[in-house]
Amino acid sequence: MESSKVIHAFYTDDEILLDAVKAVKAAHHHIEEVFCPFPVHGLDKAMGLAPTKLAITAFMYGITGLAVAIWMTNYMMIQDWPQDIGGKPSFSWVENMPAFVPIMFELTVFFAAHLMVITFYMRSRIWPFKEAENPDPRTTDDHFLMEIPVHNNEEELTSLLSKTGAVEINVVDKH
Amino acid sequence: MSHYEASIREPLVLGDKSYHDITEDIAKPIEGKANKNWYMAFYISLAAMLWGFGCIFYTVGTGIGVWGLNKNIGWAWDITNFVWWVGIGHAGTLISAVLLLFRQKWRMAINRSAEAMTIFAVFQAGLFPIIHMGRPWNAYWVLPIPNQFGPLWVNFNSPLLWDVFAISTYLSVSLVFWWTGLLPDFAMIRDRAVKPFQKKIYALLSFGWSGRAKDWQRFEEVSLVLAGLATPLVLSVHTIVSMDFATSINPGWHSTIFPPYFVAGAIFSGFAMVQTLLGIMRKVTNMEDYITRMHVEYMNIVIILTGGIVAVAYATEFFIAWYTGSPYENYTYLSVGAATGPYAWPYAWAFYSLLFFNILTPQILWFKKIRRSFIWSFIISIFINIGMWFERFDIIAIVLSKGHLPSTWWRFEPTFVDVGIFIGTIGFFFVLFLLYARTFPVIAQAEVKTILKSSGEFYKKRSEQGIPTKPAIVVLNVENGKENSDKNLNG
Repeated sequence: MESSKVIHAFYTDDEILLDAVKAVKAAHHHIEEVFCPFPVHGLDKAMGLAPTKLAITAFMYGITGLAVAIWMTNYMMIQDWPQDIGGKPSFSWVENMPAFVPIMFELTVFFAAHLMVITFYMRSRIWPFKEAENPDPRTTDDHFLMEIPVHNNEEELTSLLSKTGAVEINVVDKH
Repeated sequence: MSHYEASIREPLVLGDKSYHDITEDIAKPIEGKANKNWYMAFYISLAAMLWGFGCIFYTVGTGIGVWGLNKNIGWAWDITNFVWWVGIGHAGTLISAVLLLFRQKWRMAINRSAEAMTIFAVFQAGLFPIIHMGRPWNAYWVLPIPNQFGPLWVNFNSPLLWDVFAISTYLSVSLVFWWTGLLPDFAMIRDRAVKPFQKKIYALLSFGWSGRAKDWQRFEEVSLVLAGLATPLVLSVHTIVSMDFATSINPGWHSTIFPPYFVAGAIFSGFAMVQTLLGIMRKVTNMEDYITRMHVEYMNIVIILTGGIVAVAYATEFFIAWYTGSPYENYTYLSVGAATGPYAWPYAWAFYSLLFFNILTPQILWFKKIRRSFIWSFIISIFINIGMWFERFDIIAIVLSKGHLPSTWWRFEPTFVDVGIFIGTIGFFFVLFLLYARTFPVIAQAEVKTILKSSGEFYKKRSEQGIPTKPAIVVLNVENGKENSDKNLNG
C-alpha cells in the first residue's frame, strides 16, 4: 500500500463548506471524507454520494414483520390450539383476522424500526465500545473537516483549499 | 438562499449565537455542578419513589387485597394511573415524529426532553399492569413463547394482549428513536470532555459516532423513516388502550368514539406535561434562549386543539347516550347520580373537576397574552394534568361503581397503598427526569444548529437587513494557517 498522506481542511461554516466541496469536485479531486457537527443539506449530492437504501430495507423488514405476525397468529390460534373464547370459535385465520390486525400492525412497525436501526448501526459502524474515528474533536462542535488524499499534489491542493475559505489546512499521515 | 425564512416568523433561537455557543450552552448543565434546588428536588423525588417501592413490595408480599378493589371494581387507581402515564407519553412521539413529518422547526428545541418524558412515563405505565398481576414474576406469561402448560398460547383476540404488543413496541421504538438522535450529541460531549472518566462514559454512550457525510445522510433517512413508522404507532397505542374498554359490553365503556377520543386526550395531557416539565427545565438548565415564548405558544395551540377534540368527544358521548334510547346508556350518562357515581358531595369533585380542568381551563388559552405567558402556561398545564387523571378515574372507577346489578353498586375508596404506589411512580418519573437533565444533552444541539441560520435571532435580523447568512471568505495565508484556527467566523 502506498504511503497515504491526506489533507485535512477545516471550515467553520456550512455554506462555505458546501461551496468548497463543489469547488474541489470541479477541480476533479477525490474527497475521501467530510466530517460535520450537524447534517448539511445537499452535502451528499455535492460529494456525489449514492442515496442510502435504508428506507428500502425498512420496507422489507416491515413485510417480514407482517409475515411473522400472520404466521404466528395462525399457528398459535388456529393450528396448534384452537379455542372457543367467549363464544367466538377459531375456525380459520381469515375469519379471525380482524382481531389480529393490531398484532399485525405492531409487529410490522417493530420489525421495520428495529431492524432498520440495526442495519444503520452496522453499515455506519457504530455500536457500544466502538472508538470514534473523527480525526479532530472540533468536528462535533463547530468545525467541518474535509479529508482529501494527496498524490504528490500537496501544494496545488493547499492553494485551492485556502481559496475556498478553509480556516486551517493540515497535511497528515493516515495510518 | 438556502437558509431563508419569512421574517414574520419569530426567531426560535434567541441571542447572538454561533454554532460554538450552542455547544457551550447545551454542555453546561452536564459539565457544571448541580445546585441546591436540584438536590432538593432529587431527594424529594427519591423519597417518594422509595415510598412507592415499599408499597409495591407490600402489595406483592401480601396480595392485591391491600388495594381498595373488590369484585365489581377490579380496576381502579392502577389502571387509571396506567392510562394517565401512557397518555403523558404521547406528546414526546408526537413532537419528534409527527412534527418532523410536518417539518416544524420548533420541535427541535423540545423533542429530546419530550421523548425522554415519553420513555420515563411509559416505564411508569408499564409498572401498573405488572403489579396488578399479583405475581409479577409470572409477567412473562404475556409473551407468546412455548411454555410448560402444553400448547397453551396467549389469546390474540384479547385487547389486553394487543396492549402488550402496542406498549412494548411503542416503548422500544421510542427508545431507539431517542438514542439514535442522541448519538451526535453524546459525541459532542465526548469530544470536549476533559475528565477521563466522563470521556470514557460518553465515548461508550455515543457508540463511536464520527459524523461522516454518509453517516449524516443515513441518520436523516433513518430519522425520517422512524418518524413515518412512529406516527401511526403513536396513534395505535392509545387506540389499543381505549379498546381495553371499548371492546367490553359495559355501558360507559362500550363506545366506538373511544379510540379518537383517547388519542386526542393523550396528546392533550402529554403536551400539558411537556409544558410542566419544560417550564421548570428551561429555568434550571438556563435554556431560556432555546425554549422560548414561541415554543410555549405553539404547544398551547396544540393543547387548545386537542382539548377541543376532547370536549367535543365528551359532548358526543352524552348526545349519543340520549339518542340511542338505550336505558343503560341513558342511565350511565344522563343521570346525575351515575355521572358523579356514588361520590355525592363532597366527593363529586371527581366528575366536576374533570369538567372544570379539561373543558373550561384550556379555553383561556384563546387569549394570546395568556398562551404566551410562561407562568399561566405552567399553571394551566398542571390543571390539565389533574383533569386528565380524573377523566380516567371517571371512566374506570365511576363507571364500574354502578353496573347492571344495583345490589353490587359500590364505592371505590383508595387505600394508602393505592395512593402510595401512584406517588411512588411520580417520584420515580422525576428521579429519572432529574438524572436525565444532569447527564444528557437536553436539547438536540446538532439539529438546532441546522436551523440556527434560518431561525436564529441573530441571522434573522441580518437577513432582514439584506446581509447574507454566508460569511465572507477569508483567504487563508497557508503559512499562518494554524494561528487562525480558533477564530470562529460565524460570530
